[in-house]
Amino acid sequence: MREPQQANLVLIHGGEIYDLLKDRTFRADIVVENGRIAQIGRIEPASFKGDIVDASGCVVSPGLLDIHVHLREPGREDKETVATGCSAAMSGGFTAVCAMPNTNPPADKRAVVEFIKERARSQLTAVYPIATITAERKGELISEMADLVDAGAVAFSDDGDSVKNTAVLRRALEYSSMFNVPIIEHCEDPYLDAGGVMNEGFVSTELGLPGMPSIAEEIIIQRDLSVLRYVGGRLHIAHISTARSVELVRQAKQEGLAVTCEVTPHHLALTEEEMRRFDANFKMNPPLRTAEDVEALHEGLRDGTIDAIASDHAPHAVQEKEEVELALAPFGVIGLETTLGVIMKSVVERGTLPLTEALRRLTIGPARVVNLQDTLRIEEGAVANLTIFDPEASWQIDPTTFRSKARNTPFKGWEVKGQVKAVFNRGLWYRRDQ
Amino acid sequence: MSLSTRHLLGLQGLPKEDITLILDTAETFKEVLRRPIPKVPTLRGKTVVNLFFEPSTRTRISFELAEKRLSADTVNFSASISSVQKGETLRDTARNIEAMKIDMVVIRHAFSGAPHFLTRHVKANVINAGDGRHEHPTQALLDMMTLREKLGSLEGLKVVIVGDILNSRVARSNLYGLQTMGAKVGFCGPRTLIPVQAERWGVEIFYNLEDAIAWADVLNILRIQRERQVAGLFPSIREYRSQWGVTRAKLDRVGKKDIIIMHPGPINRGVELESEVADSGYSVILDQVTNGVAVRMAVLYLLSGVETSFEG
Repeated sequence: MREPQQANLVLIHGGEIYDLLKDRTFRADIVVENGRIAQIGRIEPASFKGDIVDASGCVVSPGLLDIHVHLREPGREDKETVATGCSAAMSGGFTAVCAMPNTNPPADKRAVVEFIKERARSQLTAVYPIATITAERKGELISEMADLVDAGAVAFSDDGDSVKNTAVLRRALEYSSMFNVPIIEHCEDPYLDAGGVMNEGFVSTELGLPGMPSIAEEIIIQRDLSVLRYVGGRLHIAHISTARSVELVRQAKQEGLAVTCEVTPHHLALTEEEMRRFDANFKMNPPLRTAEDVEALHEGLRDGTIDAIASDHAPHAVQEKEEVELALAPFGVIGLETTLGVIMKSVVERGTLPLTEALRRLTIGPARVVNLQDTLRIEEGAVANLTIFDPEASWQIDPTTFRSKARNTPFKGWEVKGQVKAVFNRGLWYRRDQ
Repeated sequence: MSLSTRHLLGLQGLPKEDITLILDTAETFKEVLRRPIPKVPTLRGKTVVNLFFEPSTRTRISFELAEKRLSADTVNFSASISSVQKGETLRDTARNIEAMKIDMVVIRHAFSGAPHFLTRHVKANVINAGDGRHEHPTQALLDMMTLREKLGSLEGLKVVIVGDILNSRVARSNLYGLQTMGAKVGFCGPRTLIPVQAERWGVEIFYNLEDAIAWADVLNILRIQRERQVAGLFPSIREYRSQWGVTRAKLDRVGKKDIIIMHPGPINRGVELESEVADSGYSVILDQVTNGVAVRMAVLYLLSGVETSFEG
């Protein structure tokens, strides 16, 4: 089916249920009735009157959640809209996304948060807006956090920039702590990275491309952890990318600080060596780092330092991203339709994490960051929020088939496993055409 | 004999045989340039476009002269990055090149990788006339031609590149080419103008100019751009001149009598290089300019795939 339909009566038959909240997997069938899980058990398909999803050999997981996406609406609807972003998410197995607030206007007021939620109202994929830390994303005055949380914001971030003024960051952590909502920091010293195109190191030296040193990220993480230690609150580090960054978060967690972090699929799968092609589809911020950094990110996943995998889905127009010189192209790549496949290949097949653990970083891990664990229940009576995929089915990543408006992926042509079969959420369901 | 590549994007990874072929061919063309009518019909009927997205006088003139000496039809296109940013993309430029059936493209661009981008979108042969801080292969080839002419061989030669290595495409192309040809390369300049991990290139690094002079057979001195000082990469032109400016007094103090002085031009006289040295017997700067035309003729000819001889 091309569009999602009402989940009036659907049988998910023969799948392996991954009840990650209760930490158990078991073979069972699920009946979804009017968008809710009506029955879990053994149900005979022959006598079933509704639609049937053949889930044999498939994983039935709580719906995947991506806590770092850019939907570009309002402001750059030519790049992506809430509707096309949600469609891409659904196709990629994500039943919920958190939308970053660096739109135009930015999500710094109740009206913008409500607008985004309204735009997503009829979508299968739920959109949980993230609001800005500061008014107009200027880094000066903290935004109306109480009102924004009341309107539905699940976190605060000035993503794209760090909060430059440390006193402002301090106030933000203090103020947001009253609502138990995290501050999500994009950690980057803008002076050290000024003019940078790629990771600073021998490859940037050889290519003559201005570098972005690892310390630009690490210095801000260190600063933010110091503030967190001093005033409390909750801090989430977005798109962690260096070995030292992982170590800083690891130590902070051992110390008991309320810090979490996420990693993107591209930072797990690719290194700075890709920049030798001078192809803007490998230009992102933070930049692709060294093989040693990639190894440290995998270790961070293994030992639990890294809580979540998030795509940093960053759609761009072809004429801005792919038709210009590398230095002029904007940072960022899309990921909603490739994350599951790339994680199956670069995390599960690579042996970093078993499937169950990898799934946790796409569900419970991120859900804990933004207080959405409750949406992941697989039990009778709960809202059917489910992602069903075949972990063995291979497919090739072909940007021309994307539902996103954008095509800026670094994974074009990759052969991956893990094909989404069906998703359920918000009373709707969608089945991929076979 | 032919090159192993259709484009000349850089000297990194270009085989020794290719470099030798270009230099040998350039010597033949230099002979052509000495004739009363210094012109051959080699590229008659071929169309070459000189795409200059960055101001350049001598490289553009040198390429244009090389093209005319080979009887190619040439067109020049100059654009500032700002006009490009108004909406027409480099991809559009490539589409136009295809539509106009251009055979060869010479491109100069302020951003690293722009020639590589073009090769993905045009069928023409692409020659990099300088891309950002990355490579400027014909400059390094003319430098190597000049050195080979003066010294016979590049093997074992010690060449120090002095100045702003960080931002220099001339430095990178010279490094790659010279190392391939068996020369030893040193860099000399303030630490802030030496790129990170440069030692992994296997180069000697000198912060003291007199140490570099003592080690070197050749100094290739780069133009120092005033905007680097404004960007805070070194404290002042005054300090740069005193520490890294090449002067007769410093050469005399080390006692080097037979050192060769090169400069890709244009020279900031009295900053990175004293006039007395630039115009002295040490200097091969004007030989570089002459050889530039010959080297570019060789590159155009070899990449064009034309088989006809250039005799007569």
